[in-house]
Amino acid sequence: MSTAFSAANFSTQSFPLNHTSTTTHDSPLVFAKPTSQFLRSTPKLRLSSFSKLNLSRRSGTVVAVSDVVKQKKSKSTPTLLITKEEGLELYEDMVLGRAFEDMCAQMYYRGKMFGFVHLYNGQEAVSTGFIKLLKQQDSVVSTYRDHVHALSKGVPARAVMSELFGKTTGCCRGQGGSMHMFSREHNLLGGFAFIGEGIPIATGAAFTSKYKREVLKEADCDHVTLAFFGDGTCNNGQFFECLNMASLWKLPIVFVVENNLWAIGMSHLRATSDPQIYKKGPAFGMPGIHVDGMDVLKVREVAKEAIGRARRGEGPTLVECETYRFRGHSLADPDELRDPAEKAHYAARDPITALKKYLTENNLASESELKAIDKKIDEVVEDAVEFADESPVPPRSQLLENVFADPKGFGIGSDGRYRCEDPKFTQGTAHV
Amino acid sequence: MATGFHGVGAAVAALSSSPSNSFDSKKLLCSPRRSFPVRKGASFVADRSDGSVNLDLNPKARRAQQLIVNAVANKADSSPASSSSKPGHELLLFEALREGLEEEMDRDPRVCVMGEDVGHYGGSYKVTRGLAEKFGDLRVLDTPIAENSFTGMGIGAAMTGLRPVVEGMNMGFLLLAFNQISNNCGMLHYTSGGQFTIPIVIRGPGGVGRQLGAEHSQRLESYFQSIPGIQMVACSTPYNAKGLMKAAIRSENPVILFEHVLLYNLKERIPDEDYICNLEEAEMVRPGEHVTILTYSRMRYHVMQAAKTLVNKGYDPEVIDIRSLKPFDLHTIGNSVKKTHRVLIVEECMRTGGIGASLTAAITENFHDYLDTPIMCLSSQDVPTPYAGTLEEWTVVQPAQIVTAVEQLCK
Repeated sequence: MSTAFSAANFSTQSFPLNHTSTTTHDSPLVFAKPTSQFLRSTPKLRLSSFSKLNLSRRSGTVVAVSDVVKQKKSKSTPTLLITKEEGLELYEDMVLGRAFEDMCAQMYYRGKMFGFVHLYNGQEAVSTGFIKLLKQQDSVVSTYRDHVHALSKGVPARAVMSELFGKTTGCCRGQGGSMHMFSREHNLLGGFAFIGEGIPIATGAAFTSKYKREVLKEADCDHVTLAFFGDGTCNNGQFFECLNMASLWKLPIVFVVENNLWAIGMSHLRATSDPQIYKKGPAFGMPGIHVDGMDVLKVREVAKEAIGRARRGEGPTLVECETYRFRGHSLADPDELRDPAEKAHYAARDPITALKKYLTENNLASESELKAIDKKIDEVVEDAVEFADESPVPPRSQLLENVFADPKGFGIGSDGRYRCEDPKFTQGTAHV
Repeated sequence: MATGFHGVGAAVAALSSSPSNSFDSKKLLCSPRRSFPVRKGASFVADRSDGSVNLDLNPKARRAQQLIVNAVANKADSSPASSSSKPGHELLLFEALREGLEEEMDRDPRVCVMGEDVGHYGGSYKVTRGLAEKFGDLRVLDTPIAENSFTGMGIGAAMTGLRPVVEGMNMGFLLLAFNQISNNCGMLHYTSGGQFTIPIVIRGPGGVGRQLGAEHSQRLESYFQSIPGIQMVACSTPYNAKGLMKAAIRSENPVILFEHVLLYNLKERIPDEDYICNLEEAEMVRPGEHVTILTYSRMRYHVMQAAKTLVNKGYDPEVIDIRSLKPFDLHTIGNSVKKTHRVLIVEECMRTGGIGASLTAAITENFHDYLDTPIMCLSSQDVPTPYAGTLEEWTVVQPAQIVTAVEQLCK
């Protein structure tokens, strides 16, 4: 059976800038045979293969990813990758992400939110494909393009919208903003403005998980951490340093590269000597996988393997998701450099449309069920906006709160008392 | 915040565990530990003229090179023979740091150490020696050379429930971790709306050593002081080293603990009982009447050496080791200024933008009316620390300059 995502021919992309390498989009995960040494398909990772990889590495041979991974055998009868419930859950999550981001754009242009707002339109398959497989205690670390990661992880749309409006009911009390979404309850560890600086945080969260199991003897602690970041980050030192440490200590982490080919106006191909990011995994002793990031089912299959590996204590995985952002880098980006043909190509592979097609063609859901979900999400998003609109702005007294967990850190004033006891402090008018 | 320690440092103990309303800073660190007004056995090789710091553990050789500096310029009772009958135990500053760290690791299994060579090697200055054997390789983690990333890893671990102590092999290396220290360590509690705490301790040796060259002789306290959300403390004696280490580990705030390369072999007798030193408070080293000298870390010893000379010349300087570099203890400092009306700051930071600069501003702002004369600040030259011994000596403040400065202030 060919899934809704397969196309008879996959066009090779040639980009306006002169270069010779092309990217191909292979057939769906399950049914593709391995292509040449550039394994672009989404292979299924098998444990035994990986241990072979380890042995070979010790003997000094360089092993390509294609040697490690095996393909699932083609089945004569089609099997569905998801159940109806799962399908609807995935659909709803992606639609929520899309509708929310579209609403953000509207609200921004209406002057309800300010600053740098980075929207996730087009990349929903990655967030949904990975995060919907997590438990609540698993952690997610993101970048400034974090609204949808927050929503997928379970942060209520109201809390995210309020945060964007800078209201005190926001998930970070209005203090973080678009680029700093955090949720202790849902284990969303941020939200970071500088690229790469979240990856060590994620590595630390994974370290805690291992520490809990091995030092604190919480034998059932198998929490996994996902670190999301982009193609631009993969040229940054923190990326490589953390790949090394995670692999060295077999930390339960998955490094998810959302390769949308552009870092603001810098094409990935102009910035990177070897643009195939997944190949950098084996260099550090972990599997590197490339997956079609516009296809939520493929992403989900790879994610299952990678998260499973981490949970079993087998160490990290590097997953490169080839995806695309339909909008500019941020709402301030005029987005003039990207070729309209490229945008059109990816727009045709809209992950939500694709999933819809899959669900309807495989009779997992009807049009009306999906429409009902669309409507429901519209209401959720409207409600979030209303809630955010009606929420209060932070009062002055909030200014000095949360600078320190222990406000004694503001020190001792000349009167001998701790400054945090000064009433002007709780009013937010004290000078610190 | 709960402090589970017990013991004689009772006033200090009560201080830290009491709710902040009842805090009385007077009880602070003119502390009960000062049952001996003279700091016996505190030794420091202050001058180049005494020869290089002897890092080996031969006590005889060390004593031969000792220049005994007394906190209070009273008679010094430093006979080693009497030490065995005194309470407490004697150790070197790096051992005091280790003792504090080990006690906290025993007390709380979430406390862990990470850094380069902290495990099997025992730490570049032996502060973590023996800990990896006792607690295991995961709790005392040898990291690869990737400061930004392992500091970030420590911060991520702190956010998710551990209490890491991150060591910079030399404080200067933490410049590579500035991204994580500024953005995440300092700001993350705020940007997350208070949801995540970062109870991390970042520590390491810094300061100008003995011809270590420019890059190994940096004073990072001046660079970090603007970062909101962190606390900075500098230890200078085995007593406060252990106390500050423990307090920093127990604190819910991120704390940067500055140690000094030349002070690790200071010896002092410290109490056997559990105690901590309050992170936000300054330490009265020598009460006096004529002039307030504010200092920290290694310069404390240059100041005390100068104090000897000054006392002989008839001056009565009040010496305060500010200890808390961020925030400043304006109470102790203020009381002193109100008493003496003259302030001299002696620091090892560069002239531009150092701790002294901030302190001058803070005192001027708060205590301007009490000053008889403008504040004088002695800092290191704005020069990359030269390798040559003579040049290096001239970049940092020497006791003779301190004496001259006090004489000038008191004219």
